[in-house]
Amino acid sequence: MALNNNKKVNPFWKLFWVLILAFGTMQVFANEEQPAVSGEASHEQPAEEEFNPGKVIIEHLVDAYEWHIATIGHTHISIPLPVILYDDGKWHFFMSSKFHHGKEEYLGYYITHTGMQKGKIVHKAADGTEVKPYDFSFTKNALAVFISSIIIILIFTIVARSYKKNRKHAPKGLQSLVEPLIIFIRDEVVKTSVGEKHYMRFLPYLLTVFFFIFLNNLMGLIPIFPFGANLTGNIALTGVLALCTFFTIIFGANKNYWMHIFNTPGVPWWLKIPIPLMPIIEIVGVLTKPFVLAVRLFANITAGHIIILGFVSLIFVFGKSSIYAGYGMSILSIALSIFMNFLELLVAFIQAYVFTLLSSIFIGMAVEEHAHEEHQHEQH
Amino acid sequence: MELINPGIGLIFWMSLAFGIVFFILKKFVWPPIIQALNEREAHIEDALRAADIAHEEMKKLKLDNEQLLKEAKEERDAIMAEARKIREKMLDEARAKATIEADRIVENAKERIQNERLAAMTEIKNQIAEISIEVAEKILREKLSAPKAQTEYIERLLNDKQLN
Repeated sequence: MALNNNKKVNPFWKLFWVLILAFGTMQVFANEEQPAVSGEASHEQPAEEEFNPGKVIIEHLVDAYEWHIATIGHTHISIPLPVILYDDGKWHFFMSSKFHHGKEEYLGYYITHTGMQKGKIVHKAADGTEVKPYDFSFTKNALAVFISSIIIILIFTIVARSYKKNRKHAPKGLQSLVEPLIIFIRDEVVKTSVGEKHYMRFLPYLLTVFFFIFLNNLMGLIPIFPFGANLTGNIALTGVLALCTFFTIIFGANKNYWMHIFNTPGVPWWLKIPIPLMPIIEIVGVLTKPFVLAVRLFANITAGHIIILGFVSLIFVFGKSSIYAGYGMSILSIALSIFMNFLELLVAFIQAYVFTLLSSIFIGMAVEEHAHEEHQHEQH
Repeated sequence: MELINPGIGLIFWMSLAFGIVFFILKKFVWPPIIQALNEREAHIEDALRAADIAHEEMKKLKLDNEQLLKEAKEERDAIMAEARKIREKMLDEARAKATIEADRIVENAKERIQNERLAAMTEIKNQIAEISIEVAEKILREKLSAPKAQTEYIERLLNDKQLN
């Protein structure tokens, strides 16, 4: 009976994913419509901007002060978000709708479209340069992080409750969806990388990191509000995660690890004194690890999104020369986008796995005990 | 450039959100899950081990049973053999007894025959003696046919009888 059910469910899920992907592509379509329309309209009004795929793609990847959902005709449907600025000892709170989609300024603040701080809120200083205030705005990505956090907390409190109720029995429902991943991370990643003795101490953090990245990767692939914010493709978010791993390593490390950094055993003394060459190299290594973690996750997810958006943009690039070319291209583009989306599903898991694995390995290196003595024992 | 320009605000909100997620998951979610998983694994392990032990015991029991059956069979065979031996022995004994009895009976018979024969012989002897006496009498009577002698003899005999 159970087998039958499974057989029934499978096609449903397939259909579900296909719909999600198809709808997702359509949604991106909808987002693209505005520049496309203005592109067509440029025959009448040359002043309006042309469709610029690079710009559109970047706009979809970066953070924003409002959550743009769709544009119908010339009206933007977007959720204004609170802007919180700290400047010259004063706090400013106002809604981002005051900027009118970035076209106007408010209290002297505006969203700049040029320079190093492109896309950020700045104000003109007395000498005419753009100055950035301390910007604590509750942006699109901030909102998305909280939404996904709520979803993650919901999912896992439900799972935890069913674990409390359903002891010693086979997992059910959401529990059975999450359990293989938990066991995989625990047994294949954390236990093997950190070591039997210490892994329980770091397991909660590593599980949280894995599911946080994995679910945010997946949510980033769903282009419909309230998902679709490019969270794990944002350097600030991956940076925070990497910093967490960094601090976990720093505070979890044992004496052995620090000794290894500042007084590397098995290295000639003249590499440490008078110029502490080895310690410098080791410290650089310590700092590189979280940096690489952050950049890897950011780059992988961003690259995937860029490719998908690129494929979709092709439709409008072709559509500009001829509407039929646009329609023709759309078939190929959508096919490629669907393929990329499937690839991204894979990448979503792999990147979460890689981040967790590398974090575990780094933590494992920091808590390893008497590595050299053990090696010697092994050699005997 | 926008892509790799992290905003301090987002870092702040992300830290807050991730901190909350981590706190809640660490406090309320992972401990029960890990504990339940460990418990279940231990339970499964125990169940498997118990099954193994039961299996082993079953095997042993079966072996024991077989052993028992074999022993019972052996015992039965032994008893049967014993019984057969006893029967044989009893038969032998009976046969021996019967032979002895028969011998005894024959012996008895022989003895009795002997006795009978002796008795018969005695009888015959007696009869012979009687017959001899009768013959002697007759002869004597013939001799005493003379009346005088006869009377004399009779008288004497009568006298003997009377005296007796």
